Amino acid sequence: MVMINGTSMDAAGRSVSEYLRTTACNPQRIVIEYNGQILPKESYDSTILADDDHVEIISFMGGG
Amino acid sequence: MNNDKLVIGGHEFDSRFILGSGKYSMKLIEAAIRDAGAQIITLSVRRTNTQEKENILDYIPEGVTLLPNTSGARTAEEAVRIARLARALGCGDFVKIEIMRDTKYLLPDNQETIRATKILANEGFVVMPYMYPDLNAARDLVNAGAATIMPLASPIGSNKGLATKDFIQILIDEIDLPIIVDAGIGKPSQACEAMEMGAAAIMANTALATAGDLPMMASAFRQAIEAGRKAYLAGLGRVLTRGASASDPLTGFLRD
Repeated sequence: MVMINGTSMDAAGRSVSEYLRTTACNPQRIVIEYNGQILPKESYDSTILADDDHVEIISFMGGG
Repeated sequence: MNNDKLVIGGHEFDSRFILGSGKYSMKLIEAAIRDAGAQIITLSVRRTNTQEKENILDYIPEGVTLLPNTSGARTAEEAVRIARLARALGCGDFVKIEIMRDTKYLLPDNQETIRATKILANEGFVVMPYMYPDLNAARDLVNAGAATIMPLASPIGSNKGLATKDFIQILIDEIDLPIIVDAGIGKPSQACEAMEMGAAAIMANTALATAGDLPMMASAFRQAIEAGRKAYLAGLGRVLTRGASASDPLTGFLRD
């Protein structure tokens, strides 16, 4: 299982791009932290999610 | 007045009103920016809702400078992590550092803020630290590479106004960077007063988000900030410590 935004997800074996296609996320509006490192967008296709990976999908929200 | 620019990290702005985007509908953002005349808007950085298609950036007109904050950070390291994520979102180098360990009053941790400022300024960020108005901490922030200093007027979201007025005045008098009053400004008259004191700009969010008519309040703040700036540039009239000074000719009516 892969930990994505704090939730355990059955996403192992998929690339980051493949996972994102199952969400409503616009890849241009997010940044991904993959096991503590910022993942460049050009690595979304080649990065394959594995069990125990930690993924944070981050975007801008309203704030002061 | 036409040449009166706010300069932050080498970037010039005509507007001296920095707008927050928290606690109100994304659909109101465009009207708020327009009526505020704002050229800078703050944002937070958070886990995205992966089932939500809408993104706040879709509502912010092109040309508006984004100022991500590091809210949620409790240490310098967490603030640095958030700032790097914000920059990786591809929207510029500006960052407003917010570091709070205190969850009741949301008061900033000046020491951690100084540490984060040093790291991020070295990485090329335009660093705008939110801080408790303390002269020694402000001097340390200048030495750490801050682009502005953002002292709080009163606790975040309180709308209580210029509770720290005397200490903000010390920063305005002693620090050679734009002093941007952030947090706690609750109404336009308070924004105007801070600008009359010589503040370089005002940041407001809750005062608008909790107003009855947000765009109208944005417009009221804009006018107040412009009025305060003009008054500062004009130079305020003096205050008598005692007595009075007639504004009329010093003769009696129909008499010498």
